Amino acid sequence: MKKVKVFVTLKEGILDPQGLTTKHALESINYEGIEDVRVGKYLELKFSKDISEEKLNQMCEQVLSNPVIEDYRIEIA
Amino acid sequence: MKWAVIVFPGSNCDHDCYYILKDVLGQDVCYKWHKDTSLSGIDCVVLPGGFSYGDYLRCGAIARFSPIMNEVIKFANNGGRVIGICNGFQILLEAGLLPGAMLRNESLRFICRNVYLRIENSKTVFTKGTQTGQILRMPIAHAEGNYFADNDTLNKLHENNQIVFRYCTPEGVVVPDANPNGAIDSIAGICNENGNVLGIMPHPERVTEQILGGVDGRLIFESIINRQ
Repeated sequence: MKKVKVFVTLKEGILDPQGLTTKHALESINYEGIEDVRVGKYLELKFSKDISEEKLNQMCEQVLSNPVIEDYRIEIA
Repeated sequence: MKWAVIVFPGSNCDHDCYYILKDVLGQDVCYKWHKDTSLSGIDCVVLPGGFSYGDYLRCGAIARFSPIMNEVIKFANNGGRVIGICNGFQILLEAGLLPGAMLRNESLRFICRNVYLRIENSKTVFTKGTQTGQILRMPIAHAEGNYFADNDTLNKLHENNQIVFRYCTPEGVVVPDANPNGAIDSIAGICNENGNVLGIMPHPERVTEQILGGVDGRLIFESIINRQ
């Protein structure tokens, strides 16, 4: 069985208020030197048979992420 | 005129839309379940507000792949009129029938209150009964209404007059303070290039009777009806 990890994050340059709020919270309890925090999504997919990278990319672009605002990264375990 | 209100699991403004179309405006209206596969005989489709599929993954992302949406896309591409309200707007964006995407409100809060909208384009089939610059008061109720489009898309929206509603002060001035969710250029509603598909974040169906606090929302539905 193949396991695939998909990380979805907001594109560079798109304001991430959730990340910003998290950064402020960390700073408020004295964690220093944090340049940026981005909050994203993590998805784990398990397959019963081999799947091509092309199909995976298609899946990510069509459903798992919204290419207008999000980037994704795939890790095949 | 025959209307269809699409019902997804998690829609919650479907009954409001059905009620105002049938009982307030005397229209012929039916529900279409997300698993339905026909829109034959329909003149206008309403994608209502709510939380289709629990907003899982992204708002509208799952609803966009339900069987009825294939028909809605065909219907829209053939020039059929489609109005998406709130979650319906989000579904239209996910389906690619309208450009751009929704981000979470800048405040990260779910916002439920009245806002003021300025009509930016009164020539669409959805705003024919209004005048450019007219101010309408309608409620919003959403957590993801922070409209985003990249620069190219935004320029195109401006060039083609696709921006239909913008958030404004009660006097009609578009300023950041009157923008409830951080939407780019204070955009509250847009139409597609052909002008037959409209997405609007505020809820016109909630303000069609004086007893419920206003009638400004009626203008949208009446514009569509009177065009016939």
